[in-house]
Amino acid sequence: MYKKILLAADGSENSLRAAEEAVKVASLDKQCVIEIVYIVNFTKSRSEVLHAQGKEELELSRRKKLESVEKLLKSHEHSYRINIMHGEPGPTIVEYANKEQFDLVVIGSRGLNSLQEMVLGSVSHKVVKRANCPVLIVK
Amino acid sequence: MTEKLKKEWFSNIRGDILSGIVVALALIPEAIAFSIIAGVDPMVGLYASFTMAVIIAFAGGRPGMISAATGAMALLMLPLVKEHGLNYLFAATLLTGIIQIIFGVFKIAKLMKFIPRAVMIGFVNALAILIFMAQVPHFIGVSAMTYVFVAITLVIVYVVPKFIKSIPAPLIAIILLTIIAIYSDVELRTVGDLGTITQSLPTFFIPDVPLTFETLSIIFPYSIALAIVGLLESLLTASIVDDMTGTESDKNREARGQGIANIVTGFFGGMAGCAMIGQSVINVKSGGRGRLSTFIAGIFLMFLIIVLGDLVVQIPMPVLAGIMIMVCIGTFDWSSFSYLRKAPKSDAVVMLATVSIVVATHDLSKGVIAGVILSAIFFAAKISKIKVTKRNVNQNLVFDVEGQLFFASVEGFVDSFDFTVKQSNIIIDFSNSHIWDDSAVGAIDKVVMKYQESGNTVTIKGLNTTSQKLVDKLSIYDDSHAKLGTH
Repeated sequence: MYKKILLAADGSENSLRAAEEAVKVASLDKQCVIEIVYIVNFTKSRSEVLHAQGKEELELSRRKKLESVEKLLKSHEHSYRINIMHGEPGPTIVEYANKEQFDLVVIGSRGLNSLQEMVLGSVSHKVVKRANCPVLIVK
Repeated sequence: MTEKLKKEWFSNIRGDILSGIVVALALIPEAIAFSIIAGVDPMVGLYASFTMAVIIAFAGGRPGMISAATGAMALLMLPLVKEHGLNYLFAATLLTGIIQIIFGVFKIAKLMKFIPRAVMIGFVNALAILIFMAQVPHFIGVSAMTYVFVAITLVIVYVVPKFIKSIPAPLIAIILLTIIAIYSDVELRTVGDLGTITQSLPTFFIPDVPLTFETLSIIFPYSIALAIVGLLESLLTASIVDDMTGTESDKNREARGQGIANIVTGFFGGMAGCAMIGQSVINVKSGGRGRLSTFIAGIFLMFLIIVLGDLVVQIPMPVLAGIMIMVCIGTFDWSSFSYLRKAPKSDAVVMLATVSIVVATHDLSKGVIAGVILSAIFFAAKISKIKVTKRNVNQNLVFDVEGQLFFASVEGFVDSFDFTVKQSNIIIDFSNSHIWDDSAVGAIDKVVMKYQESGNTVTIKGLNTTSQKLVDKLSIYDDSHAKLGTH
């Protein structure tokens, strides 16, 4: 079964539902590791640095966004890692998933920003198109 | 050492060259616009951008960050240029560099943590507002065609990037609209109307100012303001680039590097500059990571000016104004509105005060200093709140003290005791308090002695170790009353 699952999360409702599905798949195999990937896009990075008093607070505020997802994984006693990355969400997820040879990518169908989605196209769509592994899009 | 040098310069050659070119193209309109804000020829800003970028590529502490002529600095120097002329600006630029090197040597970067984020948010917003205000005379009430060109520029810079990503949209706007303006004979002011472009490399010269104390007293206030603002923006930008690239940087080296770059810039006829948030973000987004990207940005900018100088003077001012409006919108921190609602009231006040003072004085350094002082006062006011609660335990009267006891809180401390009590056992519990200084110990003495005067016995308890040491060292009440133990 799947050994390495990439769960793309941004703290939205959708990503929480994606996490639920990721847990279901992962529970089939004891050795399966879920890696939660959170992408900070470049424009957001600027305002987040500006609004945080120092690095520790910045890190904390980002971890907080993933709190609900983390809680879910913890409640299922599933081993997971958190990885906070920077860049444009779509391409960064694809590049990382392909480079690290994940077996499955789980992603919510829609993130936090619907306006951006209208203009730029959805992240999940980009990931489906370019990832080399199966992608599970959760509605 | 060579390993590190290699990594910082040549580990990302292709990405660095491409992003350097993109940044150079994006820098030209800004360097020209900032020169106009400072009241100098466009060449002063362009030369500054060239020397700043090239020198900081070597001397800076944050690879991949872009330094050049900036709006924050340009706004500060306008009165100096107006009253004393260009040579004083060059001299002030030199002195700015010297001050920044001194700051760097004394590890000023550490002090950055004392600048509250409310002040930094105010700084960024004030900068955006001032740059916008500086554009207003170039597009309001000039001519009907001016409005049309500004509008078209804005449409291009916001719509085109959705379809064309490889060429910076401002460049497309400039090329397209300059051609249209030249061939359609519309009456528009151009960059050439506000200054000249010289198609040559900058040359070394010593600023022509008398070497007197009077000169120093003229330029020093400007230089110190420039040095502070320059470092503030540079170190903020460095933190942003650190975060975006997930790497560390040497902030003190960056401060010294900014100093070196400004000294060189002063000798080559440029205006003082610093790191640019917007351009550095563009650089990282376009794939720039190493020192090479900054270097290429400077070199390519100069190359473009030497080759295309004739065309640069033809750029219509409304197009430049439109691009600068975009820069302001990008600079402004739009999440400030939700910050104003969510942040503590005192932080919101500090942010607004910083912005208002800058907008009123056109001086970013004044706003920052006022903001820091204001938030320090708010902080002192907040922690100087001390609470004393009274309760009866058996036959004893217990006062629980909660909060920091120091010079600002002693008055509130003394006032919150009830001195009508007579002939009883009083215990003052400091378990939830900390004693900081002489005045705190003095206040405790005062309270204890006042109670003793009216026949009470007083016991102090719950002092933590450091507080206890301070009380033992300074207090006098123990001498008059041997019975006063602590625990």
